[in-house]
Amino acid sequence: MSAAEHKSLTILNLFGSQLNNFGDAGNLLVLRKRCEWRDIAVELLDFEVGDSPEKCKGAHLILGGGGTERGLSLIKDDFLRIAPLLHSLVEEGVPALAVCTSYQLFGEYLESSEGERLEGAGIFSLHTLRGAERQTGNIVISNSDFGEIIGYENHSGLTFLHEGQEPLAQVVSGFGNNGKDGTEGARYKNALGTYLHGPLLPKNPQLADFLIAAALEQRYGEPLELPPLPDQWVQPARAAAKARPR
Amino acid sequence: MPNPVTITLGRLVQAAARLRGGGTALPGLVVEKLEPDFAVRILGELPQGVVLVSGTNGKTTTVKVVTELLEAAGLRVFTNNTGSNFMRGVISSLLQKVSLTGRLNADIAVLELDEAHAVNFVAAIKPRYSLLLNVLPDQLDRFGSTDYTAELLAAVARNTTEVVVLNREDELLAQIPEKETLIAEVRWFSEENSARQSDTILKSFSGNTACFEIGGVCYEVPLALKGRYNALNATAALALVHAIVPETPVEVLTEALSQVHSAFGRGESINVNGTPLELILVKNPDGFMQALESFDSEDCVTMITVNDDYGDGRDVGWFFDVDFSSLRQSGVAVLSGSRAYDMALRLEYDAVPLQAVDTDVPTALKTFLTDSPEKPHRIFCSYTTMIALRKLLGTKAEMERVV
Repeated sequence: MSAAEHKSLTILNLFGSQLNNFGDAGNLLVLRKRCEWRDIAVELLDFEVGDSPEKCKGAHLILGGGGTERGLSLIKDDFLRIAPLLHSLVEEGVPALAVCTSYQLFGEYLESSEGERLEGAGIFSLHTLRGAERQTGNIVISNSDFGEIIGYENHSGLTFLHEGQEPLAQVVSGFGNNGKDGTEGARYKNALGTYLHGPLLPKNPQLADFLIAAALEQRYGEPLELPPLPDQWVQPARAAAKARPR
Repeated sequence: MPNPVTITLGRLVQAAARLRGGGTALPGLVVEKLEPDFAVRILGELPQGVVLVSGTNGKTTTVKVVTELLEAAGLRVFTNNTGSNFMRGVISSLLQKVSLTGRLNADIAVLELDEAHAVNFVAAIKPRYSLLLNVLPDQLDRFGSTDYTAELLAAVARNTTEVVVLNREDELLAQIPEKETLIAEVRWFSEENSARQSDTILKSFSGNTACFEIGGVCYEVPLALKGRYNALNATAALALVHAIVPETPVEVLTEALSQVHSAFGRGESINVNGTPLELILVKNPDGFMQALESFDSEDCVTMITVNDDYGDGRDVGWFFDVDFSSLRQSGVAVLSGSRAYDMALRLEYDAVPLQAVDTDVPTALKTFLTDSPEKPHRIFCSYTTMIALRKLLGTKAEMERVV
């Protein structure tokens, strides 16, 4: 396997000025730094309201965060315009991380606070209804590929996976997609959807590196070896977060 | 008239709480149980009514400025300026000031209330004036989103009877007059670069001299307050006070303004065995950014203490909304608090050098104070760690206030 050094990739950041709740902008910082530390150049495509869908082409990694209801109402039309493009990128194997509002928008449909039904990109086979109570607190989820994933959830949407839709992970402690079926998030090919803030990637670098490796493979047509990073604070930060009450 | 027994009992609880080095909430709780409308009855009798200050950042300092300006204008002012911006904190302040017959020796009350408590307050007492400073992400584990916070403040505006002062630059606050039917007149404050005209404008701020434009006239005022954000808080305070006492010459207000120092517990300096130590409360990304911009980290030993208790905000994700690169040169000596490792992780991504991490605040403080004791020391602290640090550093009386 050849090394990842001196390679480059392009990150598409969706509506960063609106979908940046709860520190989600930190996910972009983590991806950029973990590339930079490995001598992988990053080009950033900041996609905002009013931009041409053409801008999304050439992305090797798609990133979207959580926003307010107001933020959602501002971006929803522009999101729908690029939804088919995002869908086809994911089908080709381009990795994506969609957190909270973006996760909901990657599904088939979602209900707004006014009860209005908004269409999503249909990348994940799921839908989201408006819950009666906001779910907030520390959360731990787990799956066999990524081990334990630690974060903070803060959402009022209840997400239901349709038959055949793989979750991202199972809830160890916390609420998850809907508080009933023990699932959290969704995964399709290299696209990951989740409610986890924290932000997600700093304390879960295995996910960051999965996204980077998948993006490089997508771009260069072969798996490339990512040199390990020291990550000296990750384990103690994870342990501290896990030890805190919900 | 409030019951003298309530007042006496409340004061006893207060004295007991103070002996334990404790806070302002318990006496308020006791009085609230004994006499739920205690505050309403006392405040309702004030000849000039109630002024409410709310918003995410800058409440305590702004209330302090407003209070001192109103006093300069000759009014007797009651305030809850203790940093305890809950209803119970208001009651606690009332207990200290009210006579046994329930009379308050004041013309007007200026109250700082956080957004959620402000809404409950206006349901009981309609303020004559309100000042809404800003809506910024803060404690979103509690408020859910800034949309919700803005709705709370819109309710405050709706219930204000005379004048509402709003921040023109705040996108969510600026929408309030369009969306709501307001009884009160709207006045605006802002910085100079505003596209729309405001009533009170911060024209410039450099070398701690601010230039304010009020009603088309410019006033140059040297400030004892530090930082651009405090100059904007002063702008808001001027707009509000000018609306309350339009007959007072603005020069009287600006002269008083130049004498105001920052509020208790919001950037105070104390002397620990000859080492100057500053405690700076940081509770959300905007506040932390402003603090980093306002205080030069060079030639200063820095510590950051962060908990994730209810008073701090349970979600520490906001660390990633703060740019720490200004600490890259000086580095950080010690990190402490229950989420110190989350901060360590954060600083690593901004390449800020770090000497020690110790989640135990008492031992971390010891380490910190022995590091280069000849240099000034500064601690950026979350709310509950600030309380813990103050206890560790001794009672207030033993501290030499440098500010």
